[in-house]
Amino acid sequence: MSLAPHRDEAGDRLGMWLFLFTELLLFGGLFLLYGVYLARTPEDFIRAGGELDLVLGTANTVLLITSSLTVAVAVSALQKGARSLTLGMLGITVLCALIFLVNKGFEWRAKIDHDIYPGSKRLLAGEGGESVFYSLYYLTTGLHALHVLLGAALLGWVGFRIRGGRRDGEGAVLENVGLYWHLVDLVWIFIFPLYYLIL
Amino acid sequence: MSEQRQTHIIGYGTLVLVWVLLLLLTGTTIAVSRVDLGALHVWAALGIACLKAALVIGIFMHMRYEGRLLRLSLLTALVTLAIFIGLTFFDVLYR
Amino acid sequence: MTDPTPSAAGSDRGFLARKGEGSTILAWITSTDHKRIGLLYLYAILSFFLVGVVLGLLLRLELLAPGRTIVDAQTYNALFTLHGVIMIFLFIIPGIPAAFGNLMLPLLLGARDVAFPRLNLFSWYLYMTGALLALTALFTGGGPPDTGWTFYVPFSARTTTNVSLAVTAVFILGFSSILTGLNFVTTTHRLRARGMGWGRLPLFVWSLYATAWVQILATPILAITLILILAERLLGTGLFDPARGGDPIMFQHLFWIYSHPAVYIMVLPGMGVVSEIIPVFSRKPVFGYWAIALSSIAIAGAGSLVWGHHMFTSGMSDMAILVFSFLTFVVAIPSAIKVFNWVATLYKGSIALDPPMLFALSFVLLFSIGGLSGLILGAAATDIHVHDTHFVVGHFHYVMFGGTGFAFFAALHYWLPKIYGRMYNKRVATIAWGFMFVGINILYFFMQVAGIRGMPRRYYDYLPEFAALNQIATVGSWILAFGLFLMFGNLLRGVLSGEPVGANPWGGATLEWTVPSPPPEENFSVEPVVTHGPYDFREAGVL
Repeated sequence: MSLAPHRDEAGDRLGMWLFLFTELLLFGGLFLLYGVYLARTPEDFIRAGGELDLVLGTANTVLLITSSLTVAVAVSALQKGARSLTLGMLGITVLCALIFLVNKGFEWRAKIDHDIYPGSKRLLAGEGGESVFYSLYYLTTGLHALHVLLGAALLGWVGFRIRGGRRDGEGAVLENVGLYWHLVDLVWIFIFPLYYLIL
Repeated sequence: MSEQRQTHIIGYGTLVLVWVLLLLLTGTTIAVSRVDLGALHVWAALGIACLKAALVIGIFMHMRYEGRLLRLSLLTALVTLAIFIGLTFFDVLYR
Repeated sequence: MTDPTPSAAGSDRGFLARKGEGSTILAWITSTDHKRIGLLYLYAILSFFLVGVVLGLLLRLELLAPGRTIVDAQTYNALFTLHGVIMIFLFIIPGIPAAFGNLMLPLLLGARDVAFPRLNLFSWYLYMTGALLALTALFTGGGPPDTGWTFYVPFSARTTTNVSLAVTAVFILGFSSILTGLNFVTTTHRLRARGMGWGRLPLFVWSLYATAWVQILATPILAITLILILAERLLGTGLFDPARGGDPIMFQHLFWIYSHPAVYIMVLPGMGVVSEIIPVFSRKPVFGYWAIALSSIAIAGAGSLVWGHHMFTSGMSDMAILVFSFLTFVVAIPSAIKVFNWVATLYKGSIALDPPMLFALSFVLLFSIGGLSGLILGAAATDIHVHDTHFVVGHFHYVMFGGTGFAFFAALHYWLPKIYGRMYNKRVATIAWGFMFVGINILYFFMQVAGIRGMPRRYYDYLPEFAALNQIATVGSWILAFGLFLMFGNLLRGVLSGEPVGANPWGGATLEWTVPSPPPEENFSVEPVVTHGPYDFREAGVL
């Protein structure tokens, strides 16, 4: 291109938010189904939800909230010019994300060992509402886990960019990736009470 | 154009305060889930979740400091989702 | 910037032949220039349109006589599924926004390019990937999909045909559509030229803006719905299986939450094109600028509230039928506002019946026929009578083909001279239009009559009493096809060897007419400053 590259941070941020809206609506479809089936068979949902591991769920909630904090601190730190603090905070965030995924893996593993997964013998024999609950549980947390993975990868990428000292607009890039990470947290904020605390 | 935002740096103190509030709210929502509230239960859980979401969006995601355009856009997205869910319940509740 | 005199045309090929880089295919498919991407979309979309047309002609040929005519039932199912998927997802939805939106939006705004040029190229690649996967689904797996373009469960979850791949293709196409929408909203907010206030936006921009919002907010619901079909098929989640606590009607809700707003993704940009053309060829400022502009937003909003009217016979609650039926009538209001304002613009105008205007005017008529027959379907009582008949098929073809399709052809005739700097033969264009206009009305009017008499859709066979009506409709499809053939041949000839035109062959007052035809790579040599509205022909010095 012969023309000077055009920088528009406010425009980039608008674009990022618009993208976040699409993510919101994507999960919204799953929450819509959850709401409908909860209204149909509340007892089944309560019984099924009671079997989820509240300790792991709470631990993961704390992890995501903390990682949201560290990303926010990283953004502020970069704006203040504290690059090593930024990098440290990003490191903690990615660590939180990885521990979250490991926890999630244990949780899924335990459920699958108890013969609870879509189409398992136990769910086919049980109440319809329970089967629906677990199908939604796997789909929603699975889709969320994919977002955690992608978010962590993006954060790592930004971290390397900043460490490599590429100064052009890295603040804006970090801010936008940070927004994405907060969205991952936001979705979990709704998953947690709806799936783990329906008692 | 008219929506230019001054870069607003949020202090570490504020961020940590929000984090503490989020943890407290998480504790609250677990505690509330142990109390038998009947159907109110879901609404209480959702109410607290909305409060937490507002904190994350407002402070962590800087929405408090953004211009009218982004705020209106967010409102549009949320209202759209609410309409999609709400109108579906005309079917679910009356079937 | 208000200089109306034609600049030297013909020798300078503008963005079409960039100096140094040449015009190799590689230079084109790696270009982030919005005009080149727009043309890439245009070529792809037109190719898929022609495939869709051939499939449609085959469908009509099968219906020429009762019983098996050329294909068996299974092939017929595959044909109408592919016709639907290709026409909806590869032609109508991206048609005007992705091709003409990309070509014209920055020019209309006085901008250098869209807000995210690289993302723009990426969405074209997504579109091509989705399109090629959709075509691959034809020839691989357990045979071409046979579910209809709606992919309704439980059939879509059980059929052994290649639904999974087709669904994946549509998912990718949806992602492409989202990125285009995101790009256009940001572009409209951030890249307007100086002096281009919201009250000076060309109406096509308003319609693209409203469309883009629907693309952003509704398409994700389609994405999750498609993911759910895949989960049903591959993981056996049972979310829509009544035997396992699911509810198939919820699939229809999710599907139409996207797909009804998608109808407005399809038609709003067409309305925008018509709003551009009518004032230019009436030599008169548009009547009710704000009414037309805001009704685009109103259609986008109200259009998101009415998905339930596709489900009156699904077993949905009576309360929901009542609510959705009422809301459906509400959405007719902003559409009617537009029609009234177009007609008022024509009133006492100095009307020039050039080809773009003919297509635009027939849009108004055909869209009105389609819209009014839509009210019959929107009223729950009459809908139950004609549900799943050829009346519905005729109705949405009037809206989609007579509406969006004709608006697309209007845009071709209006803007191609700008893009290529050459004019087609106007007489041939008018004759082609005549064939198409007659053909489309024979085809779909008699389809609707057959439908009202009880001819069901999606069957390759029918009772002998519908034979005469079906034969007339099939003949209509041939007239229409001949018109299309003539039109595309003429446009192609015009593009390759037509008379060179100046910057402003139609006397328009919007910004794209102030640059040479074809536009230079950088669009505007001097950053434009807008001093008058988009339809102030006197101010622009073209009247």
